Amino acid sequence: MSHVDDPDVGLVPEHGPVIAVIAAGGALGSLARLGVSTVLPHHGGFPLSTFVENVLGCFLLGALLVVLTELRRPHPLVRPFLGTGVLGGFTTFSTYAVDSVTRDSAGVAVLYVVLTLVLALAGSWAGVVTVRRIGGAR
Amino acid sequence: MTVLLVVLGAAVGAPARYVVDKAVTARVAAGFPWGTLVVNLTGCLLLGLVSGATLPAGAVALLGTGFCGAYTTYSTFGYEAVSLAERARRRAALTYVLASVVGGVALAATGYALTS
Repeated sequence: MSHVDDPDVGLVPEHGPVIAVIAAGGALGSLARLGVSTVLPHHGGFPLSTFVENVLGCFLLGALLVVLTELRRPHPLVRPFLGTGVLGGFTTFSTYAVDSVTRDSAGVAVLYVVLTLVLALAGSWAGVVTVRRIGGAR
Repeated sequence: MTVLLVVLGAAVGAPARYVVDKAVTARVAAGFPWGTLVVNLTGCLLLGLVSGATLPAGAVALLGTGFCGAYTTYSTFGYEAVSLAERARRRAALTYVLASVVGGVALAATGYALTS
């Protein structure tokens, strides 16, 4: 019997600690997301807090992954905790999509969808490039 | 109370993303971020369903802000899109971005319409 196509092979037991740190990191990241949305009110119907979380989170993940994959050899649980957990929990794609659907103004919805996308992708790229420059990687 | 429910939902949502991503990527050819795409699209549909329905504030905090918020991710999406473009796979990057954004918004609208 082949195990090649079974995705559950390897999930236990060595994935136990990985899942635990992702749960802890995800909880922390969501707390931070809740904090930002409490501090930043919506401006003229524009979901400013989700916008800021997603753009900032993209920059931070780009920066983090260069550090973890190109500059350092971290403990194997660091990336799942900080990347998959904290920053994955801090940023959100579902709120982005639903917020665009529930805007009163179609103009604001389109502006929100496009502006988040452009600045988040620019943020990911900037995070990668900035850390590479500082760290002298590549 | 809201904070606790959000944290609880997120503590399940983030590992759920990991498990679904692993399950999907084990079944498809490597080179395209199918795992994150499936996670984000299903999360958009689920949050659409949650947001359209008239649920108690606690349920919205647990399922919406907590679970769906942590289950889906923008940071991994952005990183994967930039990585594809960086490896000169511009067409795959464009396909990934369009499928995520257009598909995500369409599924969120569908879910919202189904329950509202």
